Amino acid sequence: MTPISGPITSLRIEHITKRFPGIVACSDISLSVGKGEALALVGENGAGKTTLMNILMGLYTPDEGKIFINNREVSFRSPSDAFACGIGMVHQQYMLVPDLTVTENIALGMKQIAEGRAGDTALMRVKRAAKLDLAAVRRHIVAISEHYGLAVDPDAYIWQLSVGEQQRVELVKTLCFGAKFLILDEPTSALTPQETDDLIALLRRMSRELSIIFISHKLAEVKALSNKVAILRGGRLVFRGNTADHSSADIAALMTGHEVYLPVNHSSRAPGRPMLEVRDLFVRGDRGNMALSKLNLTVRAGEIVGLAGVSGNGQRELAEALTGLRTVESGEILLDGVSLVGRSPKGIIAQGMGYVPEERNVEGIVPGMSIRDNLVLKDIARPPFSRAGIISNAVITQNAEAMRETFDIRCSSVGVAAGSLSGGNIQKVILAREISRGPKFLIAVYPIRGLDMGAAEFIHKQLLALRDSGVGILLISEELEEIINLSDRIAVIFKGSIQRTLGQGEATQRKLGMMMAGVKDYEAI
Amino acid sequence: MKQFKLIYTAGVIALSVLLTLGVASLILTVLGANVLDTFWVIFCYPFTSLKNLSGVINIMTPLTIVGVGICVAYRSGIVNIGGEGQMVMGLLLAIVFALFSDVPAPFAMPLTLLVGMIGGALWGALPGLLKAKFGVSELLSTVMFNYIATQAYSYCLRVPLLDPSVAGGSGDPQTVKLDASSWLLRLNEIFPSLPKGMRFHAGIFIALIVALAVFLFMWKTPTGFKMRAAGASDRAARYAGISVSRYLVLAMVISGACCGLAGTVEILGVHHRGLGNCTGGYGFSGIVVALFGGLHPLGVIPAAFFFAVISYGCSALQINKIPVPSNMIDVLQGLVILVIVAAKLIIANPYLMDRAQRRFMALTHRKEAA
Repeated sequence: MTPISGPITSLRIEHITKRFPGIVACSDISLSVGKGEALALVGENGAGKTTLMNILMGLYTPDEGKIFINNREVSFRSPSDAFACGIGMVHQQYMLVPDLTVTENIALGMKQIAEGRAGDTALMRVKRAAKLDLAAVRRHIVAISEHYGLAVDPDAYIWQLSVGEQQRVELVKTLCFGAKFLILDEPTSALTPQETDDLIALLRRMSRELSIIFISHKLAEVKALSNKVAILRGGRLVFRGNTADHSSADIAALMTGHEVYLPVNHSSRAPGRPMLEVRDLFVRGDRGNMALSKLNLTVRAGEIVGLAGVSGNGQRELAEALTGLRTVESGEILLDGVSLVGRSPKGIIAQGMGYVPEERNVEGIVPGMSIRDNLVLKDIARPPFSRAGIISNAVITQNAEAMRETFDIRCSSVGVAAGSLSGGNIQKVILAREISRGPKFLIAVYPIRGLDMGAAEFIHKQLLALRDSGVGILLISEELEEIINLSDRIAVIFKGSIQRTLGQGEATQRKLGMMMAGVKDYEAI
Repeated sequence: MKQFKLIYTAGVIALSVLLTLGVASLILTVLGANVLDTFWVIFCYPFTSLKNLSGVINIMTPLTIVGVGICVAYRSGIVNIGGEGQMVMGLLLAIVFALFSDVPAPFAMPLTLLVGMIGGALWGALPGLLKAKFGVSELLSTVMFNYIATQAYSYCLRVPLLDPSVAGGSGDPQTVKLDASSWLLRLNEIFPSLPKGMRFHAGIFIALIVALAVFLFMWKTPTGFKMRAAGASDRAARYAGISVSRYLVLAMVISGACCGLAGTVEILGVHHRGLGNCTGGYGFSGIVVALFGGLHPLGVIPAAFFFAVISYGCSALQINKIPVPSNMIDVLQGLVILVIVAAKLIIANPYLMDRAQRRFMALTHRKEAA
């Protein structure tokens, strides 16, 4: 593989096909990206976006098809081949060592940073290569960050940086390695709204010099950043065109194969009695700090209260305290008048608490067990699923088939391991279990994080239907659009207590964004 | 697709069996033995007479019970390497009970077995509690508890329980013979009409019942379901309201009880007295059996039989005048573990299978075209 030294003026893939056991992940996909273009690659989960990008990165070899860079055919056998051609990828999960500085992190991946100087003997060159020249790396970082306007402090430790800053470090790292073509996998999925805006502005600037492919679920970003859009569905390229010529709704419809309307909470029924009351709650975080301090919150029956906030402000601790997974220091939690403080998770579940946890793959389901078994995880010891201490597999299967129908769980059989499902289907399994138990109250944490539009639409509809049936719902999310669309009232959490509660009409993205950042007196601004 | 998977799996297994035999032959050749003769003794000689088969069944019995116990622990998310210690503590308590209690005949044997189970269960519960309460790794604690149990047993054999007739002599320390009312009799002793070769003791029936009972418990009761859920993902189980630490301790209690029972069965069925090394290392080889049996109580039964065959075969090498030490069994066990782990990885890797399949398809299609 000979490296490509000059700038990348075009990247073209032709008829790429990649099969995995049982499925065709990419089927006959052709795309091209020219100089200075930003291509948005959109599609539902499992549409083949990530597989396609992994092929471009040399992680997979395609079964059929060719890749051309600057009209020259290339073939990548490993990520280093792709690197050598100037293709760099920023993954969804950042790969940084928290205890090292930015400079050290970037130096980690560099092999030949020691630039040779005129008059060097071979021995000197070897010595320089063996010694990590951190000063040179640092100079390189500063040069790159100034050139692209990427504000990065090369001496900061990673653990001191926010998620948005860490992502900039990843970008600088990729550029330092010589990337001339950027691939970004869902770059905004972990960012706050402000950070998202900053990133999009930054990428727009960068796209004048570099070509970019980015994967996204969020159509607003697609519209804001890309000039071309490609839509994948079920491993096939279903659409290619200029972003400016198509509305978000068109793109969403092409993505899912049907018209998508994210449901909105319009109904103005009077909410019922207080279902969940939290009074002066104090809870410690993992590091022994007070993660919640004097938190007060009330959710009524038939009401969705959205809890907006930047993650890490106590949302996780609140959800765990409410479900008995975390010890309450002091304060009171009442579910329909019954105190939950000091009860076990099992006892709280028995009181009618439903929970859609944050990390659906490891907290919501037992990945190794079948869908069928996961659907009765909380009720296995109760009739009709077991009688007189004996499990009835027939009833469990029947239940699973019914759920599969009602909740549109897409699987080859209810006997397959739940962990093999896509994110959206895992979330449907969890929701099916929680809703079918007939809860009095439901805590939903980031219910549509990482899900595609089709799955998100379905989950939101289910939550609204549950609300209409008189269940109180606490919706914890960072997505302001989701919170504004669904909530009857919105509470903003900041540093472990509720900053303020707003009614449905009062909340705007701007207002909420400010309050999430800790600005109390937002009217003054 | 399904057909290919079957062929592929069978192919991988066949290949691994060949590989095991190949490496074993290499070792035997180095040792200077005739490979075919040695294999014949190891794999076929055990089937040549009822007496030999009875010997195999007597080895299979404790292996099955220990293997089932290891399965329960493993499926519940805890790796029990303390089977040896739990066997020893179980049989020690059972011996003490049999020696010093005065239970009439029909109850002596079942009660002694029960006491042995309790001994093993208690010894298993300790590392379980340590893990549940303080997060102590069971890998460390169970191994350490093995040492404690072995030394405690050794002390009891030499001091308080020593048979006065060997005291002061140079013989190996042992206890006096237990009262015959507590023995697990041989089949030809229970039914004198059976042929003389039916020399295996009744413990095998206990082993089969235990395997079946544990299978039903783990797969057909809510408690077993919760234990498996906790073992597969403790975090998800906790979130679903399952008290993971409680089931962890319960798993170790059941696992320990099985091991204790295995030790007691070995004493009551084979040795009829306490002596050194009477566990036969089954506490460790039971782990191999459990793995080989797919960590499933019913899979353990054939796995235990297989290991009992090669174990009996290896111990018979000397009498058949094959110049290979009977320690060959350890070499074979080691080989089998390596090959199982490798074969499992290969079978579980969908990418490898996919590649193999496409190669296979390409080959067969070319043939059709030609």
